[in-house]
Amino acid sequence: MNINTTKIISLLFFIFSAFYLYTAYQIQVFAFDENAPFNARTFPIYLGYAGLFFSGLKLVLPEPNTIKVDHKNLEYKKTAILIVIAIIYGATILKVGYFLTTSLFLFSSYYFLGERRWVLMFFLSFPFVAAFMYLLHGILDIYLRDPFLQSIGVMG
Amino acid sequence: MIEGILIGLTTALTLQNILMVMVGCFFGTIIGMLPGLGPMTAIALMIPITYGFDPATGLILMAGVYYGAVFGGSTSSILLNAPGVPGTVATSFDGYPMAQQGKAGKALAIAAWSSFAGGTLSAIYLLFMAPSLSKVSLSFRSPDYFALMILGLTAIAAFSSKGQFLKAMMMVVLGLMLASVGQDSLSDITRFTFDNMNLTDGISFVLVVMATFAMSEALTIILKRNDPTSAAKQVSLTELGSIKINKEERTKMYKTIPRSSIIGFLIGVLPGAGATIASFLAYGMERNVVNDEEKEKFGKGSVNGLSAPETANNAACSGSFVPMLTLGIPGSGTTAVMLGALLGFGVQPGPRLYMTNPEIFWSIIMSMYIGMVILLILNLPLIPYIARILAVPKNYLIPLILFFSVTGIYVMSFNNFDIYLMIGIAVVATFLRLYDFPMPPLILAFVLGGLMEENLRRSLLLSNGSWEFLWDRTLTLCILLTTILIVVWHFYKSIIRK
Repeated sequence: MNINTTKIISLLFFIFSAFYLYTAYQIQVFAFDENAPFNARTFPIYLGYAGLFFSGLKLVLPEPNTIKVDHKNLEYKKTAILIVIAIIYGATILKVGYFLTTSLFLFSSYYFLGERRWVLMFFLSFPFVAAFMYLLHGILDIYLRDPFLQSIGVMG
Repeated sequence: MIEGILIGLTTALTLQNILMVMVGCFFGTIIGMLPGLGPMTAIALMIPITYGFDPATGLILMAGVYYGAVFGGSTSSILLNAPGVPGTVATSFDGYPMAQQGKAGKALAIAAWSSFAGGTLSAIYLLFMAPSLSKVSLSFRSPDYFALMILGLTAIAAFSSKGQFLKAMMMVVLGLMLASVGQDSLSDITRFTFDNMNLTDGISFVLVVMATFAMSEALTIILKRNDPTSAAKQVSLTELGSIKINKEERTKMYKTIPRSSIIGFLIGVLPGAGATIASFLAYGMERNVVNDEEKEKFGKGSVNGLSAPETANNAACSGSFVPMLTLGIPGSGTTAVMLGALLGFGVQPGPRLYMTNPEIFWSIIMSMYIGMVILLILNLPLIPYIARILAVPKNYLIPLILFFSVTGIYVMSFNNFDIYLMIGIAVVATFLRLYDFPMPPLILAFVLGGLMEENLRRSLLLSNGSWEFLWDRTLTLCILLTTILIVVWHFYKSIIRK
């Protein structure tokens, strides 16, 4: 059997399905529902078996068209940085507020992707977010909590 | 029906809704022109904004984005031989050679008129077919629905996977697994939440769509060092030439358009099939029906060869609304996203939508006509200018897609757990995309997961736990046999290919 990344993904999916199936069997149902033809764990159990079946088949059957990914040409660094920026965004948005966090998220994303036109970067982050915030908050009536803007008295 | 059409027209012709169709068509054209970013991404990015509107307006906006994206995809197919969406691949067979002969403007005009005619004719078919099918589908019972969902999921896996059926089926199972997280709809028992309160209500549909399409597409572009805007930069430099179509060309189109629109519409109605299959079938059929002299021109800039797929792919877009509006079962990934959005509005699509929310049902159909007219009069003369807008550097485009994704999730829940969950799913989806695991089956399965469990529950309870319900009714059995036929045909085709 030829081992390639698709097979490894199938193996991971097989393990995941086994874990899912185990967890499905652990779902607590009401005592009167235990022997019912259908209860809260029935469908997940079928799904667990279906996952094992399809990933098992993928593991066992030969791979006609092996997909080769040239890892040397992949841009891991920038992708990882963007993911980290998004995580930091998630960690700070509730404390700092929508406006500042989102503007900094955009500004830093432009920067790490290699942009250096500072004026354009600024206009496509701070005023852009302000305009978008006005659209959501002012026109579409979608409430946006913003401790930063509240602290400087811009938002009520 | 006349009353329904009037209700639809009254809703669709409000200033706000006309504006929404225009915005949707324009935005969809831009996204559709960018190779790699398809209508699903465009619609996903629009969902959070649509929640500020009423359901009819929201859906009209999304439908406009859908047609616009298909139209935009044809433009990049013709001018650059780089189809923006899979449904416009066949357009490039004759559109691109025509553009190389200095007739790019003419090719765009033929594509635009064919799209317009295909979309308009299929909207007429939809107008007559949808209410009748709604009435028929009222006789559907839980086993039929369950079998129909199995058919839809199998078909989308078979058609969308480019020979990777098992990978697509794994994605179907993953989608259903994600849908099973949260409270059981009947007993309220929590499942797979691992005592995390944020998961009690399940995973949000918008979160999954944003993660698997918008965010993961942006990450894939960076990871693979693609530049979708590079194509657009070339468009603005291209000499388009005249957009006039002569009498001989018009005569050819008059014959091609009606037959291609019927094929497109019927293929669009089938679950799982869509614009891509419709356009290839229409192209193949057109090649078989024309005379030998015209047949020789196929692949070298044939008017029939360009008009047929363009008519069919737009007709298929309207056709794919039929199962969504009448059965509540989407036929494609794009309509699955729209169905999810409808559920988010609290509207239950299905046979009763026609009676309970006629303004939504009819206004969508009516907005299709308006959308087609807008695409024709707005987009055709504006293509070179739209192309200039597209020349936004990748360094700005990607952060803006990420911005719309994270903002979209944040404004829906005001919860940073959802942002983390979206990032996690997007990272997994990006990795899976690298190895050709298709995402549309995952989305369709996620949307159908709850309904599928509900219908299986009812069927099993009624049959006292026996699986006989699958062959008790003729209709259920027929649907099931069709599913088996698709699987067998798919494996047979794989063996032949080897």
